[in-house]
Amino acid sequence: MDILTAVAAIAVLAAVFGLLLGYTAIRFRVEGDPVADQIDGLLPQTQCGQCGYPGCRPYAEALAKGEAEINQCVPGGEATVLALADLLGKDPVALDEAAVKPKAVAVIDDKECIGCTLCLQACPVDAILGAAKQLHGIIASECTGCELCLPPCPVECIHMLPIPQELTNWRWPYPAAASVEPVRAAA
Amino acid sequence: MQQFQPGTAQRRLWRFHGGVHLPDEKVLSNTTPVTPAPLPRLLTIPLQQHIGVPAKPIVRVGDRVLTGQKIGEPQGYVSAPVHASSSGTVVAIEKRPVPHPSGLSGPCIVVETDGLDEWAELPEPLANYAELDAATLRERVRWAGIVGMGGAAFPTAVKLNPSADQVIRTLVINGVECEPYITCDDLLMRTQAERVVAGIRIIRHLLGVEECLIGIEDNKPEALAAMRRALAASDMQGSTAVVAIPTLYPSGGEKQLIKVLTGREVPTHGIPAQIGILCQNVGTTAAVADAVLAGKPLISRYVTLTGRGFARPKNLEVRIGTSAADLIAHVGGLGRDIRKLVLGGPMMGFTLHSREVPITKAANCLLALTPGESPDPGPALPCIRCGNCAAACPASLLPQQLYWYARAKELNKLQDYNLFDCIECGCCAHVCPSHIPLVQYYRFAKTESWAREQDKRKAEHARARHEAREARLERQERERQAKLRQKKESLDQAPAAKAKTGDAPTDGGEDPRKAAIEAAKQRAAAKKAAMAEQGVAPRNTQDLTPAQQKQVEAAEARRRAAAEPPAENQREES
Repeated sequence: MDILTAVAAIAVLAAVFGLLLGYTAIRFRVEGDPVADQIDGLLPQTQCGQCGYPGCRPYAEALAKGEAEINQCVPGGEATVLALADLLGKDPVALDEAAVKPKAVAVIDDKECIGCTLCLQACPVDAILGAAKQLHGIIASECTGCELCLPPCPVECIHMLPIPQELTNWRWPYPAAASVEPVRAAA
Repeated sequence: MQQFQPGTAQRRLWRFHGGVHLPDEKVLSNTTPVTPAPLPRLLTIPLQQHIGVPAKPIVRVGDRVLTGQKIGEPQGYVSAPVHASSSGTVVAIEKRPVPHPSGLSGPCIVVETDGLDEWAELPEPLANYAELDAATLRERVRWAGIVGMGGAAFPTAVKLNPSADQVIRTLVINGVECEPYITCDDLLMRTQAERVVAGIRIIRHLLGVEECLIGIEDNKPEALAAMRRALAASDMQGSTAVVAIPTLYPSGGEKQLIKVLTGREVPTHGIPAQIGILCQNVGTTAAVADAVLAGKPLISRYVTLTGRGFARPKNLEVRIGTSAADLIAHVGGLGRDIRKLVLGGPMMGFTLHSREVPITKAANCLLALTPGESPDPGPALPCIRCGNCAAACPASLLPQQLYWYARAKELNKLQDYNLFDCIECGCCAHVCPSHIPLVQYYRFAKTESWAREQDKRKAEHARARHEAREARLERQERERQAKLRQKKESLDQAPAAKAKTGDAPTDGGEDPRKAAIEAAKQRAAAKKAAMAEQGVAPRNTQDLTPAQQKQVEAAEARRRAAAEPPAENQREES
């Protein structure tokens, strides 16, 4: 008799919790993948594809599924690797490519542009203005420096111009590199 | 808690956390009177001498400008104009080295002086300012290009315009000048106390404050006496007090001075206006007095040239835009043994990369330090966790924790430890037995955090644009597909529809198009037949003009001519 009561109690509990879980799964259903959203929020949104995925969102989704490494975002640099390691609870790893380029914006050489509109179609953020057989121009403030417009250009008239150091974007250097280490090396 | 009773003022004072006692070295430069520096040949006037948006030049190369003429217009609310410091010709508007820790160049207007120092037409003095409203006075302060002259260079007109929910009850005047070596505020108070007090009176009226406290460190007895005399001669004794405060670095920090004078603390990430207090430097109040009572813009300031690297340290009244090199030459040059030339004080100033940089509105001191005064700290040693830095921090932060996180570039953690409450006073690095350049780490972390923040905003923007583009491409593709479909459908439907409306029956197996053509032919034939039966000719040959009739006849003749020969041939054959 006792064992029957226990079995019945467990069965009833299981049924109740099962219903509850089923209900919450429907009631509080989350659309999309929140982890991928969070990862996407950390990526620099250059949509450059240097990670091997066609844009930041696909890379974020691959990371969320555990299919990609956290060190594939070249434009994000070390900061993004650290942030991703923090978010995903992984150990930070060195960047995929050693040569992290300085930030740059694309510039069209107005003497060479033939107005083919191929770069317009390549730009992921619509930062290039132009029409067929008209000189194209790049909105520097919108350009993410992804370099996606370089390969399609048939006359190679697009160049990457490093962003110059100005008073407005100057940063204090990291002290270890600036002062401590050389002194140590000399000592 | 500390009670202090110098002379007359019996006021309770408070003490902020930490702070350090430093050799004040003031006597090097405060024993000689202030003299005006000679007019230099070239004045390099930076368009950004303030926090906020740079001014926009409103003169062109070749223009003649007069002393006090506005040459740069403020852009936006948090901005300030710049004025020509002397008369002359604009010879360049270009990037020149500006006083900045990076040693980079910024946009400047270069004026070649003509030595005449001819004044531009100035606005009317507002001697009756007591009857004017705050907005008029603020507009005058803004016109004069006045910025905080204690070093922060925040536009004063903006500071004097607290938001509606911030009622200012106490005005704190900062005559503390706590950094060693610097004596320009000391000399200003000694020699120009009336101007300072007049400026205080204007600001009090502008803000409508009840109480005003003038804080001066007790290592400046002459300045204290001069300010007390000037105050006694004014009509503000009742509600204004000159308060001598104990000499302790950094009691001249805004938040620290407020704590010392009122015992109140400015909330973290907040400004003094939130607790009903507004703080102004004595130099700023003197500039406000000039602007309101004389209609003069801010074109000169007191600058201390000191340090043992100078043969004759002293204070000079310098036109804004004079280069450091000109001033050094005027006081007899520098000694041979200079370790560094600093703009500002030894604690918070920065090393100048070039002597050609101009003096700006916020530049208070040129400091030439010998190796004896500023010995090389040697290599930074590992942190021994002694905790001296935490004891010295006047902002009650944990410098050691900040150091670890800044070193590891963990910027989020730094925010948790209130990095942005750090005033970069240098107390922690001063007491550090391992000579760790702590402030450099904090400065690095601050600019890095701002840059990250900016990158993040940029990424958000790029994401929005990318998503908008994706949505647009998708929409265009959808529209294209819809159009194609519609076209196809309309082509498919058109013949069928015609066939249905036609009166001739269509055969089920026949092509609907052919059927439609057939039906149309039949309809035309039936119509012709019906008309022929009734003997009615087409109506299009009625009521013709003679010219049209002629054309019709000509056409008929041609038709006949074309039809006749074969007819004749036929006849002959038959």
